[in-house]
Amino acid sequence: MAGSDVMSSYRRGVKDGLPFLLVIVPFGMLFGVLATEAGLSVFEALSFSVVVIAGASQFAALQLLQDQAPVLIILASALAINLRMAMYSAAMTPYIGKLPFWKRAVAAYFLVDQVYACAALDYERHPAESAAQRFGYFLGVATPICPVWYLATILGALVGGAISTGYGLDFALPIAFLAMIGPMLRTPAHVVAALAAVTGSLVFAWLPFNLGLIVGGIIGMVAGAETERRLEARSAEGTRT
Amino acid sequence: MIDTGTLWIVIVGLGLGSFGMRFLFLGLVGDREMPPWVLRHLRYTAVAVLPALIAPLVIWPRGTGGEFEPVRFVAALVTFAVGYWSKNVPAAMLTGAAVLGLGLGFLG
Repeated sequence: MAGSDVMSSYRRGVKDGLPFLLVIVPFGMLFGVLATEAGLSVFEALSFSVVVIAGASQFAALQLLQDQAPVLIILASALAINLRMAMYSAAMTPYIGKLPFWKRAVAAYFLVDQVYACAALDYERHPAESAAQRFGYFLGVATPICPVWYLATILGALVGGAISTGYGLDFALPIAFLAMIGPMLRTPAHVVAALAAVTGSLVFAWLPFNLGLIVGGIIGMVAGAETERRLEARSAEGTRT
Repeated sequence: MIDTGTLWIVIVGLGLGSFGMRFLFLGLVGDREMPPWVLRHLRYTAVAVLPALIAPLVIWPRGTGGEFEPVRFVAALVTFAVGYWSKNVPAAMLTGAAVLGLGLGFLG
């Protein structure tokens, strides 16, 4: 039966998504806490998590809002962080691109880092599955992750008001980001991109409207892409000789 | 203080933009090929933009009014180092927070 196949794929997805709660809960709560520290109401913090549903860019937007950066700079910076999701979307298309339009729209909404990571691995392991089963798996992974992201945000926002400010809470956000950046640096090109971006953003920190961030980011992207291109060219030469 | 109007523009704008990126290929582009150079740059957006956002905050923290401050700086280095070598985001966050809390507790 096709229906039971979809259900078993769904259940496999739920099982694969569960371990991520260890990351989602503290991270969502931290967003809630920092959002209330920044003056957002519980409803505003929750709206942020439901509408945007992308942790890193939410933290970035929150920081820039507090810095009174211009709206366009906030949107450009936060969206640049989410550009990777266009890549996720491209990677998922061969697997679930045949689904009806509304299912693709639903999948797109839930296409967060952890769901993408699980799905990319699972679709490769189960090449014979139908698009419907893949959609079942996709929703399965999202089931423990996305609703808990909303709940953790609410919980953090409620607790946030009770936590006394001070004691380096201003630095919680940089700490959260630094913890995320470390595991992202998997190749020499990633390291070059990050170093170039850091240097660029410090050198151009004097620019108005937080433009130093944009300039540093672009320098880092170009440096990373160029490093990758050269390393590939070199390894291609190596295999030829 | 964050202006409510600005906040909602950012929430809605960021939401639409993020959905747009997630939907771009699944919904619109389909199986069509992207130029390799575009994909290559897309791969480095997060590893470039996030460090560019954080570096000035580490060197000139908001909490000290922009004065360089050794405890925050060391906490930042420790957080990054733990994350880089352990690949464990919560462990890195907790270690960094502990260094920051203890450091500011003893020296602050």
